[in-house]
Amino acid sequence: MNHPKRFSGTENYLTNDSLEASVNCAIVLEKPLLVRGEPGTGKTQLAEAVSKAFGMKLIRWQVKSTTRAQDGLYVYDTVQRLYDSRFGDRDVNDIRQYIKLGPLGQAFVSDERVVVLIDEIDKADLEFPNDLLNELDRMRFYVDETQEEIVAKHRPLVIITSNAEKELPDAFLRRCIFHFIEFPDRDLMQRIVDVHHPDLDKQLADQAIEVFYQLRNMTRLRKRPSTSELIDWIAVLKRTGIKNVTLDQNLPFLGALLKKEQDLVAYADQIAGGRRWRS
Amino acid sequence: MIVPFLFELRERGVPVGTTEALALAEALAAGLHDSSLEGFYYVARATMIHDVAHYDDFDQAFSKYFKGIEVQAKRLKDELFEWLKDAKERQRELSEEERRLIESMDLEELKKLFEERLREQDERHDGGNKWIGTGGTSPFGHSGQSPQGIRVGGPGGNRSAVKVADARMYKGLRDDITLDTRQMEVALRKLRAFIREGAEDELDLEGTIEKTASNGGEIEVVTRAPRRGNTRVILMMDIGGSMDPYAHLCSRLFSAAKRASHFKELRTYYFHNCVYGHVYETDRFDKPIRVRDLLHECGRHYKLIMVGDALMAPYELFAAGGSLDLGDDRGTEGIRWLMMLADHFDRAAWLNPEPERYWTGNTIEHVRKVFEMFPLTLRGLGDAVTHLAKGRSYGLH
Repeated sequence: MNHPKRFSGTENYLTNDSLEASVNCAIVLEKPLLVRGEPGTGKTQLAEAVSKAFGMKLIRWQVKSTTRAQDGLYVYDTVQRLYDSRFGDRDVNDIRQYIKLGPLGQAFVSDERVVVLIDEIDKADLEFPNDLLNELDRMRFYVDETQEEIVAKHRPLVIITSNAEKELPDAFLRRCIFHFIEFPDRDLMQRIVDVHHPDLDKQLADQAIEVFYQLRNMTRLRKRPSTSELIDWIAVLKRTGIKNVTLDQNLPFLGALLKKEQDLVAYADQIAGGRRWRS
Repeated sequence: MIVPFLFELRERGVPVGTTEALALAEALAAGLHDSSLEGFYYVARATMIHDVAHYDDFDQAFSKYFKGIEVQAKRLKDELFEWLKDAKERQRELSEEERRLIESMDLEELKKLFEERLREQDERHDGGNKWIGTGGTSPFGHSGQSPQGIRVGGPGGNRSAVKVADARMYKGLRDDITLDTRQMEVALRKLRAFIREGAEDELDLEGTIEKTASNGGEIEVVTRAPRRGNTRVILMMDIGGSMDPYAHLCSRLFSAAKRASHFKELRTYYFHNCVYGHVYETDRFDKPIRVRDLLHECGRHYKLIMVGDALMAPYELFAAGGSLDLGDDRGTEGIRWLMMLADHFDRAAWLNPEPERYWTGNTIEHVRKVFEMFPLTLRGLGDAVTHLAKGRSYGLH
């Protein structure tokens, strides 16, 4: 397979050398790309950006705590078949019509190379990644009910995101290209803000980013604000026409940045210069 | 070149092997590193490291291993510029044609030409050039395509890979340093076991189909109890005195345990220095619970986690009545109480916030003989949880 292009971000998605190298490794080596990082660092958006940059279709697989590995391959709709057998609507001997392909299955049968996003893999059961090992490695699976093997026409680019809630098994990790998205530094944040708010007043942008990083440096916060919260906060500031922000008691729309009550208390405490120990 | 670096990583406890080496080699063969050391750094990290906890090890190994390379590359660059300067100065020695050529080209083009020439030479003389020899030891110069690998002059403005590695940005993510609440929760999550019990309010699809089929197609719904966590945990914490410096760390562990929703039951108790006749429900020591009652209430399937520095005066551990405790059991030594606890439960672990190097030559040494002891770090907590999860015998009591 030829790889004419290298990934280097899109108009709305800024990357760095490190992330580009990882994405390109995953494309060339045809291995799944496992992306980890703090919430709000754009893990999910990466898949969208890659799909857009290469003009490949994106198939999403949102993992939940109840998701099983099998769901991603195919589901055999036994209940439907049971009903049909009772009412005789369809030919129940044709099992194939009751096999519904999951996101990975669809990607395998697709006529062109696609991007599969397995979002938040750590939400599922601990065994989930292990159950997918073989399918991701060999890009094929067997449908027991129809005795058919589904083999990927084109190996899809699999992007897996994880919030590091659960440790992933070593055997799974070894098959992936791993990338840890760091929290953006000031320069990158400046560019991200520019992308989202191109017409923003320079002074306000600087102040907002300054306040944002000061907030993030407060050690006692339980949930530190992330990029998306900064973007939202700036949007609110813009709408209300606020020109200056500083880190003090009267920080406007603090609720857009801090989402936990304890954090608001901790913030007020710290601003007041209180050195109360947490009990 | 890759292989010794691989062993350098292995020495630091990074799990890398053949798979990683092959992946890296393949990526390099595809030219993903863009013939630069930065590129190599990112490509190597992406292909060989699978956990952010090892980023710092990687940085250290990289910095140790490749520091010299950059110096060599720089020497090559200096040499090149010398040569270019020379060429400019010695214009008189050149032919008219060559002079025109030099004047018509800017520095970039000259450099390119120089590189091309180097490459040609190599192909003819099989590594005869001294500088190409240097290139051969560089990470890019594997199996015969060496000079192409060194990007003379290098792209400006970027931080060099060795500098990135030197900065050790991922130090905070090592897994042998102490941890925050979230990481603790993650570690504790491994300590779980599920059973089905309680109200039968979940549809058992397979069962329903089975029943319906054997019922001749007449639909019969089967329900079952949902899966629930079945781990019971007792957390005992030493507070006050020598534990004060670790109060914050312990409060994090405490809140992590409290928030862990997968425990069927979590009991937390406090003690001071050593457990004697009583433990306390509050950190103000005002609700005493008799240890004997506690052991009576809690079966051996509870997982006991002790948290403490296990540092105390020897008499507190070994003398009968060594405690300040006013209970009925004043005649029993502290160490006996600890042994009683350790013996009662199937699985128990002691988490110690003191660094491991201080674990000998004091009371820790003796407590370690009674309890399996782990440092209160991410790795230690993980190991402790693995230890606790073993030999699960739930449902027996």
